[in-house]
Amino acid sequence: MAKANNRASEQTAIVEQGLAPALKEAAFAALVTFGLCIPIVAWGTRQDLNNRLILDQRWDAVAWAVLIVFIGRLLVSLNKQRRSAGGGPLVSMPTALVPAMARLLPILAPLAIGFLFVFPIVAIFGSGWQGSIKWIDNFGVQILIYVMLGWGLNIVVGLAGLLDLGYVAFYAVGAYSYALFATKVIPATYPALGVWAFWICLPVAGLLAAFWGVLLGFPVLRLRGDYLAIVTLAFGEIIRLVLINWVDFSGGYAGISTIPRPSFFGIPFNASDSGFAAVFGLEFSPLYRTIFLYYVILMLALLTAFVTIRLRRMPVGRAWEALREDEIACRSLGINTTSTKLTAFAIGAGFGGVAGAFFSARQGFISPESFTFMESAVVLAIVVLGGMGSLWGVAIAAVAMIGGPELMREMDLLKPIFGADFDPTKYRMLIFGLAMVVIMIWKPRGLISTREPTAFLKESKSVSGSLVKEGHG
Amino acid sequence: MHSGPLLKVEHVTMRFGGLVAVNDLSFEARKGEITALIGPNGAGKTTVFNCVTGFYKPTEGMMTLTHDDGSSFLLERMPDFRIAARAKVARTFQNIRLFSGLTVLENLLVAQHNVLMESSGWTIGGLLGLGGYKAASKASIEKAKYWLDKTRLIDRADDPAGDLAYGDQRRLEIARAMCTGPLLLCLDEPAAGLNPRESLELNNLLRSIRTDDGVSLLLIEHDMSVVMEISDHVVVLDYGTKISDGTPKQVQSDPRVVAAYLGVEDEEVEAVEAEVGIL
Repeated sequence: MAKANNRASEQTAIVEQGLAPALKEAAFAALVTFGLCIPIVAWGTRQDLNNRLILDQRWDAVAWAVLIVFIGRLLVSLNKQRRSAGGGPLVSMPTALVPAMARLLPILAPLAIGFLFVFPIVAIFGSGWQGSIKWIDNFGVQILIYVMLGWGLNIVVGLAGLLDLGYVAFYAVGAYSYALFATKVIPATYPALGVWAFWICLPVAGLLAAFWGVLLGFPVLRLRGDYLAIVTLAFGEIIRLVLINWVDFSGGYAGISTIPRPSFFGIPFNASDSGFAAVFGLEFSPLYRTIFLYYVILMLALLTAFVTIRLRRMPVGRAWEALREDEIACRSLGINTTSTKLTAFAIGAGFGGVAGAFFSARQGFISPESFTFMESAVVLAIVVLGGMGSLWGVAIAAVAMIGGPELMREMDLLKPIFGADFDPTKYRMLIFGLAMVVIMIWKPRGLISTREPTAFLKESKSVSGSLVKEGHG
Repeated sequence: MHSGPLLKVEHVTMRFGGLVAVNDLSFEARKGEITALIGPNGAGKTTVFNCVTGFYKPTEGMMTLTHDDGSSFLLERMPDFRIAARAKVARTFQNIRLFSGLTVLENLLVAQHNVLMESSGWTIGGLLGLGGYKAASKASIEKAKYWLDKTRLIDRADDPAGDLAYGDQRRLEIARAMCTGPLLLCLDEPAAGLNPRESLELNNLLRSIRTDDGVSLLLIEHDMSVVMEISDHVVVLDYGTKISDGTPKQVQSDPRVVAAYLGVEDEEVEAVEAEVGIL
């Protein structure tokens, strides 16, 4: 892998040597930053109590931004020079770390899954009975939802190479299927099934989302690349707009509330005599439901990973990857590319739908606000940053992208540095963007770009990311 | 060797707007034979290939492929992937189209998609661990091994296809096409870019595919040492029209072919044109 990296950097051709060109590049980048910062950072307006508009000036922030960009660009330039001169990179940590990580992965997998299983216990011991809800719910459940979404989208984007910008549509289909079935259909037909609603609707939501995946798949079969991205994006918006405007069906902006929460296989989590706590002789606490939800989403996410791993070794999974590499060659080998694309859309969408059903059961309330384009963008960013096709990369990226901003809320230790009114959560989008830029410079093919072969004769050698295609539609 | 026609192309015409790429072409590729399609650049050879393998739909004409059991397929009515899957016509490409991010072995497994798909119960059985998927999967690896041995790529089986040298990639593409289990193998310039030693090796491989594996071949080739050496039957195209058809010997001595390929001295043009019957 290191060899492949070297080869890739050789291909980046001649880089001018010396400090002067590096300084020049850095100065130019700083100038661009300065230009961009004037309207965005330097001047801000606010209204005072008398409704007067006041212009704030923040030249110190501009200076910081310019300085950071200057130093960052200088380091990147010098690093590039070092590499092209044949020397090791200035910052050598990444290249040394990645092969080591790849070797550790087989041991890391059981460790990581083991940690996920004991995480609620760790949280309870770490922050007490009440404090642990935040950790299990905001971190555990929230991150795992996005891990599952990322793994679902990974089938479409990472394996089959079909750029889907409307993945949130299937998340919404799943969420609304559960919400509508559980609040309207089941009480009207078989009210006795009420406590089982979640378990019945989970597969139904997945199937409905998969069905919508096929419905979307049909019209976009002929489209590739940018065109496919735009149409899928539009599809995501259409679903959201229908949910907003078809008030009789979905409740419009008001959404759907009092969605039944999941039961412990028929035993509800409430304070009643037949509730979970009473049945098991425990004192009632909302924590039980949170822990239960955590394990449910953990199992669902692991199921997604398991199915993906199995499918990759099946003819259909190989056909997806072959489709990503070369569609025309696929057809010359007798592969029906239409059904191959549709299965990728359907299975990816199905997992999105199951995640959506879980989301609505966990929230108890959903509205179209939860299914904006931003969600699609975040999930796609997770897949791209993680490395398309890599389950590990997607999981790590989900932890970083979702857990990172959540963790920033906890960063009280930054207050002494930046002042008492420093609110770290306000900077999450800035850091989000910064992380993207860093990844694109450092690992343009995502955190884990190597591809593991699905079959081997003698030894399994991972394929360098530079050979793996990204797909073109 | 030869018996009835495997592929029968009748009056095929392909027009792109005003351009007639193939004009009223008829020829046969017989069972157990190597048929070569030759002609100067732009003669329409690849267009014929694309019609036979379904990547283009011919404007006019009929192409019939007949199996041993007597079942026949009208290729112009079938979509491309079905021609490969049902009519059992495999092809390679002029500019190599391998799955470069997959390993050599995986390339050959993808080629066995349809067989594996059926044995895995269209994925569902295989996912649940039911049915004969395991056995089929093992058999598919054995088949891949056979072709890797035959193309001398067995040592590179676990390397990414994109890492192979050019000549190896050409052979891998042939192995991949053969893994689909074809009756007719269409090769688009298999010797392009090979050195003399490699093209000699290619001759042997193609002969062995014909004799040992019983697969008929249709090939486009510029390298006359390959064409004249191995083909049983040669069809010559020029400007989309067939100008000659016969054994390599007959074709070689056909004055029209000589005129099309070599051109003639200026002062002889009229005499030759009169002789060959062009205007």
